[in-house]
Amino acid sequence: MPEIPLPDPRWADLPLALAVLGLALWLTLTRGDRAAVIGFTGYGLLVAVAWVRLGSVDVALTEAALGGGLMGVLLLTAVARLGSDIDQPRPSLPGDLLIGLLCLGVAAGLAAVVLGLPSPAPSLVAAVEDHQAAIELGNPVAAVLIAFRAVDTLLESVVLALAVIVLWSFGADRAWEARPRALDFGEPSPALVLLARLLPPVGLIVGVHLFWTGADHPGGPFQGGAVLAAMALLVWLARLGRPPPVTDGFTRLGIVVGPLMFLLIGLAGAVLAGAFLGYPEAFTKPLILLIEAAKTLSVAVALALLVAGPPALSGALSVRRAGSTETGAKA
Amino acid sequence: MTEVQIYGVCGAGLVGIGLYGAILGRSALRRLLAFNLMGSGVFLVFGAIARRGGIAGGTLSDPVPQALVITGLVVAFAATALAVALLIRLAAVDREEAPPSAEPGSADAPSVATTPSAGSPSAGTSP
Repeated sequence: MPEIPLPDPRWADLPLALAVLGLALWLTLTRGDRAAVIGFTGYGLLVAVAWVRLGSVDVALTEAALGGGLMGVLLLTAVARLGSDIDQPRPSLPGDLLIGLLCLGVAAGLAAVVLGLPSPAPSLVAAVEDHQAAIELGNPVAAVLIAFRAVDTLLESVVLALAVIVLWSFGADRAWEARPRALDFGEPSPALVLLARLLPPVGLIVGVHLFWTGADHPGGPFQGGAVLAAMALLVWLARLGRPPPVTDGFTRLGIVVGPLMFLLIGLAGAVLAGAFLGYPEAFTKPLILLIEAAKTLSVAVALALLVAGPPALSGALSVRRAGSTETGAKA
Repeated sequence: MTEVQIYGVCGAGLVGIGLYGAILGRSALRRLLAFNLMGSGVFLVFGAIARRGGIAGGTLSDPVPQALVITGLVVAFAATALAVALLIRLAAVDREEAPPSAEPGSADAPSVATTPSAGSPSAGTSP
């Protein structure tokens, strides 16, 4: 098979950056909230491509799964519930111009800093490479997340668990025993139901694969967990299953098992390896796998529950027609 | 221009656009969107710096900033989910307090009660 010469990918950089900026400007200025949210989903995917061009495939996967996927579901359900009400009138033209100029000034200042960065560039690549062999991980980003900056990752998984608890507390008191209902939108279309039957088995494998391959290749607990969460949301949206009530014991266990496992192994490290979050040499790889598996589960459960919303009684959340106020504004 | 400069300036531009939208957005949801644009711009600037460090170290990208950005993306998502839940709850409380034609606790009605602009006081008053 003859090899087709591909164009130099560097040609794509400028058009891609302009597309990202143009889309951001459009979704800031456009009238309809729904259109802006759909634009934001596309924006997430474009930015993911930009991350690939910056050499950060790990970040690109996270951005595509979170910014392009889950964020889209979250914001689309929000716009369906909230409608397109204007709660802040536009300022007069001089005020608008003044704010625009000041924002332009902030952007220009930041751009000047980026263009004038000191040379040679500071780099931690060598430091990571020196110690990477000790923890048997081929992916340097995974090594940083699970070992060299483990405190960040531990705190971050605690933040995720706390976010779910705070979200649940937004529900009305009398709804505490009920299920989350942010994804209730009446009868789902047959196409959605079919998709929710076909896709989850594939998504399950992709999600677990992303977690497993994350040790040596781009991927990891966050990316894998986000894909798994998306599959749960698809099933809930198609009404093939329902989000668990917040009083469910297994759900609560699923949320805390990741941070708890991380914390316990970290504390054990203080005794066995001489430092909090240190790993004893003989068991480094199995311990890391144990933490990452628990974290994948917790990330998946927490992300899915964050989109599913606080517990609510049926009928408590009405859906407003997003179109009605928009057409009214145009007329 | 190298990709470091292109995406670094792109990130700076996104911070500016996001700031403008966060100040002047026409609804709370739009200001939340703009806030996310701002965050995404900061991450891109960080990514451009990671790319510089990576080139200096002989790889594609410095892994330490990458790990921090991944952590940041997840926390930003959690914060956005909380803000969305707050907005929806606020709208529900507003509706409960505006009495006419509200239907609190209509036992087991299908939860999609489509109330086209009648339930809220502000919906009809568009310019």
